Amino acid sequence: MLEYVKKMIQFYEEVLSMPHRQEIARELRDEDDLFLLLLYSEMIGIPNPIYYYTLELYPYMIENFHDWHLRMGMDKSPLTGIRCC
Amino acid sequence: MSGILVALIGIIILALGYRYYSKFVAEKIYRLDPDYVTPAHKYKDGVDFVPTNKFVLWGHHFTSVAGAAPIMGPAVALYWGWLPAFIWVILGTVFAAGVHDFGTLVVSVRNKGQSIGTLANRLIGQRAKILFLFIILILLLMVNAVFTWVVANQFIEYPASVLPVFIQIPIAIWIGYAVYKGNKKMLGPSLIGLAIMYGVAIITSRVDFLQIDLVRYFGGEGSTGLLGLGAVSSAFLIWIVILMVYVYFASTLPVWKLLQPRDFINSHQLVVGLSILYLGLLFLNPEMSAPVTNSNPDTSWFPLLFITIACGAISGFHGLVSSGTSSKQLDKDTDARFVGYFGAVGEGILALISIIAAGTLFANADAFFETYGSFTEANGAGLGVFVEGAANLASGIAIPPDIATTIVSIIVVSFAATSLDTSVRLLRYIIGELGVEYKVPQLSKKHVASSVAVVSSAALVLLPQGPQGFGSGGYLIWPLFGTSNQLLAGISLLLISIWLKRQGRNYAITLIPMIFLMFMTLYAMFQQVFFEWAWYGTESDILLFVLGAIIFVFAVWIVLTAFNVLTKKYDNPMDHE
Repeated sequence: MLEYVKKMIQFYEEVLSMPHRQEIARELRDEDDLFLLLLYSEMIGIPNPIYYYTLELYPYMIENFHDWHLRMGMDKSPLTGIRCC
Repeated sequence: MSGILVALIGIIILALGYRYYSKFVAEKIYRLDPDYVTPAHKYKDGVDFVPTNKFVLWGHHFTSVAGAAPIMGPAVALYWGWLPAFIWVILGTVFAAGVHDFGTLVVSVRNKGQSIGTLANRLIGQRAKILFLFIILILLLMVNAVFTWVVANQFIEYPASVLPVFIQIPIAIWIGYAVYKGNKKMLGPSLIGLAIMYGVAIITSRVDFLQIDLVRYFGGEGSTGLLGLGAVSSAFLIWIVILMVYVYFASTLPVWKLLQPRDFINSHQLVVGLSILYLGLLFLNPEMSAPVTNSNPDTSWFPLLFITIACGAISGFHGLVSSGTSSKQLDKDTDARFVGYFGAVGEGILALISIIAAGTLFANADAFFETYGSFTEANGAGLGVFVEGAANLASGIAIPPDIATTIVSIIVVSFAATSLDTSVRLLRYIIGELGVEYKVPQLSKKHVASSVAVVSSAALVLLPQGPQGFGSGGYLIWPLFGTSNQLLAGISLLLISIWLKRQGRNYAITLIPMIFLMFMTLYAMFQQVFFEWAWYGTESDILLFVLGAIIFVFAVWIVLTAFNVLTKKYDNPMDHE
C-alpha cells in the first residue's frame, strides 16, 4: 500500500515537473547555441578576435556541432570548414 | 432524476467508449504499432522530443486542455434542459472528441511530430495555414477579452476570492525561485502554496475587512465612481486595468518565474476541484432540479447547442495541444490511445460535473426559469450558476457554503487567469510571426508584440458597451468562439480523414463526426451571419457580421478544397515517416 502511494506521489511529481524541466532544457540549449555561434563566428564571416583560441575547442565541440546542424534541419554540415559527417 | 445516477450513466458510457470503441479505433483504423519508432525517440533532443511515461504524459495533456471553457459551455447550455447537454457531452466525447484528440496525436506522430497547422499546409495547401493562423488569432483575442471580464466579474461578485488569488502571485514566484535556483522538488512547495491560498480563502470568507470589494468602497451599487461611471462599472474598469498590467508582465517574464509555478498550483486545483465536486455529489445525492428539456426556448438548440458546448464535447484547441506538444513526447505508438482518447474522456468528466453542479442548484423548475429566462440571460448567468451549484455540492462534504463559494470562485478565476496568461503569450507569438511574414520586424520584438496584444485585448474589452454591461466588450464577438473552435476541430477531423484515405483505410469514423460538426457549425454560422448580424438581420451587428462572414467564407473555401483532396485518387499511399 505504502509502495503504491509512493508511486502515485512520484507520478504526480513528474507530471508537475515535466514542463518545468523542458523550459530549463530549452534555456540551456539556447545558451549552447549562442556559445556555438561565438566559437565559430569567424567561419560565417563575423570577425572574432579570439578565433585562434576558440579553434582549439574544435575537437571537443564537433559532436555538439553535428547535433546542432541536424536539429536545424540540415543533413550535412553547412560550414565547409567543419566536416563532421 | 438523481445527480449520482446521471453521473454514473455518463461515466459508464465514457468507460465503455474507452474500453471498446477506442480499442477498435486503435487496432483497426489507426493501426497502432508497438514497434513504430516515435519522433520522441527518433529526434530525441532532451527539450521538445522526450520519450515520456504515458501516465505522466496523460497528466500533462489533461491539465493543458482542461480549463474554464468546459465549465462555462455546459452551464450555459443547460438553458435547453440538462438532457441535451448531457447527451452531447457524452456522445460527443465518445464519438467525436475521442477520435479527434487521438487522431491528431497519431497523424502528428506519423509525420515527424509536426503540428496540425503544418500538416494542413502539406495536406490541403498553403492557404489552409493562413486560415489556421487567422482562426487562432481571433480565438485568442476572444479568450483574452472574455476571460478578463470573467475574472473581473468574479472579483466583483465574490470579493473574498481577491486576496487568495493575489497571494498566489508571490507564492508562485517563490516556488519558481526555490525550484529553479534551489533545485528543490516542486510537489512540496506547490502543495504548501495551495494550502496557504485556501487558508487565506477561509479567513477572507469570514472577515469582511479582508474582502476587497471595490463596489462597496465606491459606496454601493447605486453610487457614482470614477469618470462619471457607476460604482460597478468603475470596479470593472479598475480590475480590467490591473489585470491587463498583470498579463503584460506575466507574458513577458520568463515562464519559470511566474507562469509555470502558477500552473503547478492550478493543476492541484483541478484535482481538488474534481474530487470535492464528485465526493460532494456522492454524499449529498441531490436531484436534478433543472428541467430535462426546455419545451419553449426563445433560441433553438439546433444547431446552437453544438457550438455552445465546445470544449467538453469536442474542441479544436485539443488538436493543437495533441499535435503541438504531446506528439513529440509519446514514448510508444500504442500509448496514443491512452493519452489522446483518455485525455478527451477526462475533459468530458469535467463537463459532466459542470452540468450536474449547475443542474442540481435550483429548488424547482420555476426557480430555474427565473435565472434561465432567455438564452441571453443564460449566457450571462451560466458561470455564476456553476459557482453556486458547485458550492452546493461541496456542502455535501461539510464545507460551509460561504467558504465553498470562495474556493470554487478561486478555482474558476485560476483556470480563467491561466488561459488568459497563455493566450496573451500565444497572441504575442502570432503577432511576432505576422510581423516577420509581412516585413514589419518591429512587431516581432517582445515588448512591442506584448503591447499590441494587451492593448488590442483591452480595447476590445473596454471600448464598446458589451452585452453584459461595461467592460464586457469581448462578449460582442463571443458567439464566434464556439464556431471558430468547432471549425478548427472539423478541419482537424478532415485532415485525419484525408490521411486515413491516403493510407488506404476506412475513414468513416472521422468523416462522419466531421460532417456532423461542419454541418452544425456552418449552419449556425450561416444563420447568425446572414440572418441575425447582417445590416438587414434581426440583431444587426456589423463587427460580428464582417468577422463572421470572413470566417464563413474561409470555412466554405477550405471544405471545398478538402473535398477535392478527399475525392482525388492517389496511386501511392501517402509518404510518411
